[in-house]
Amino acid sequence: MTATAASAWRKPSVIPGFGLALGFTLAYLSLIVLIPLGGLVLRTIGMGWPQFLAIALDPRTLAALRLSFGASAIAAAVNTVFGLIVAWVLVRYDFPGRKIVDAVVDLPFALPTAVAGISLTAIYAPNGWVGQYAAAFGIRIAYTPVGVFIALVFIGLPFVVRTVQPVLEDMDREVEEMAATLGARRWTTVRRVVLPTLVPALLTGFALAFARAVGEYGSVIFIAGNIPYVSEIAPLLIVIRLTEFNYAAATAVASIMLALSFVLLFAINLLQAWSRRRLSHE
Amino acid sequence: MSDIAVSQSAVFTGAATEKRPVRIALTVIALAFLGIFLLLPLVSVFYEAFRSGFGVFLKAISDRDTLAAVRLTVLVAAVSVPANLVFGLAASWAIAKYDFRGKSFLITLIDLPFSVSPVTSGLIYVLLFGAHGYLGPFLQSHGIHIIFAVPGIVLATVFVTFPFIARELIPIMQAQGTQDEEAALSLGASGWRVFFRVTLPNVKWALLYGVLLCNARAMGEFGAVSVVSGHIRGKTNTMPLQVEILYNEYSYQAAFGVASLLALLALVTLIIKTILEWRYAEEIAATRRH
Repeated sequence: MTATAASAWRKPSVIPGFGLALGFTLAYLSLIVLIPLGGLVLRTIGMGWPQFLAIALDPRTLAALRLSFGASAIAAAVNTVFGLIVAWVLVRYDFPGRKIVDAVVDLPFALPTAVAGISLTAIYAPNGWVGQYAAAFGIRIAYTPVGVFIALVFIGLPFVVRTVQPVLEDMDREVEEMAATLGARRWTTVRRVVLPTLVPALLTGFALAFARAVGEYGSVIFIAGNIPYVSEIAPLLIVIRLTEFNYAAATAVASIMLALSFVLLFAINLLQAWSRRRLSHE
Repeated sequence: MSDIAVSQSAVFTGAATEKRPVRIALTVIALAFLGIFLLLPLVSVFYEAFRSGFGVFLKAISDRDTLAAVRLTVLVAAVSVPANLVFGLAASWAIAKYDFRGKSFLITLIDLPFSVSPVTSGLIYVLLFGAHGYLGPFLQSHGIHIIFAVPGIVLATVFVTFPFIARELIPIMQAQGTQDEEAALSLGASGWRVFFRVTLPNVKWALLYGVLLCNARAMGEFGAVSVVSGHIRGKTNTMPLQVEILYNEYSYQAAFGVASLLALLALVTLIIKTILEWRYAEEIAATRRH
């Protein structure tokens, strides 16, 4: 009915319900996401620079942020390597049970984080299935930063596999055949022809796994031991400050993490745009 | 022609793939990695839950507070999944069926909750509705409890599962275009009729897929819910929170008992998800990314 009066910002359409659908979408989005997140930003601005900097530069905050971002980066890097191998094996090779293995990759998406947390702790504790062998060599995994790393590997793996897999499936194998016909050895072909095509997907997978790991809470807190300055992750520090009724500190740490996540999100979007351009160009 | 086909397949198994030992080595590495990092934790949950026998397991999960936690988890999912379902339909209808400026920005905003830490997702509601929050004094004077009560748990769950259904529906609706709807409209159907009889059946498998993922996350959410819940036994504990409480009290058997129920939910989710992907690959959004 208002299609003829539609303003320049949208194309006219015969399909009814635009106002209702978009109106509801924007109202719901604002109430659930934008206004609450805006409240966090307002609180942070309201506390002023001196207080914000005092919290941000507090040694305990810095230690927690260093652990969260450091362990996440290492876990995402490990996931990028093994995620590539898993995706490669799933796409290129045939073996019994391949489809089931493919389904298992999504387990970390489906398994509640608290369940993963206590289960990983049971496995890597000094008397656990894996922990006892590490303990025999004097290595402690649970209740140390290594435990944090293990939990972050668990929750990040599917991000890399599911980002690389479709690109590998769509890849034109004739190019590899051509390289082989021209005399390239297999490793040379993989290194010079296949891997460069996968770089955007690998970087995106790394960034997604990293972003997820930085904010992760449930699977980490059980295995970490949560020793301040040593194995205390940033999300846990937010919770601790909150239970101390130190709202300013909780807010400041959350804002720092949020800002860093947005930088990551922005990087992921740039990467995806770049890889789309690259792949469509080729 | 047949010559070429033969030589191609010969090349694919020869020069364009790895040598047999390399293939075996890579497969073993991949399977070992998945076995240790993914399968072992799953097996361990069930092992720990049942290692003192089935009777102990049954006793652990039929505890009064645990049953209350199960009920609360089901209630929270029963509210937050339909809420996000309605939103997902509205958002995908607006985004896929019309052309307007700022559309890609809107999609980015819908994905926003995915890049927020679960703990922060809970914190923002505490800052809004908590005793020291913007609306805290007003709510307190009217006797309305949101934080450390069920409404807060529902809100936090809605936030963390916000994008799940919308992001499954948007790409599939975009791919389907508007011809079906335009045809139905030109034949005289009303807007709502077109929606229920044409659009909804077209996206039903993608919708189910989104609901499945949304429900799994809603029932399993820990961090966000933990911040707003207050951990009141039998009242504001969801199943994942009950797992934490039991575990911290050294009731390992009971903790793993409740955890095994959640792990079972995860397994059922994975199985249905895989079946949907095999049978309705075309009708589910083209991308399998999450």
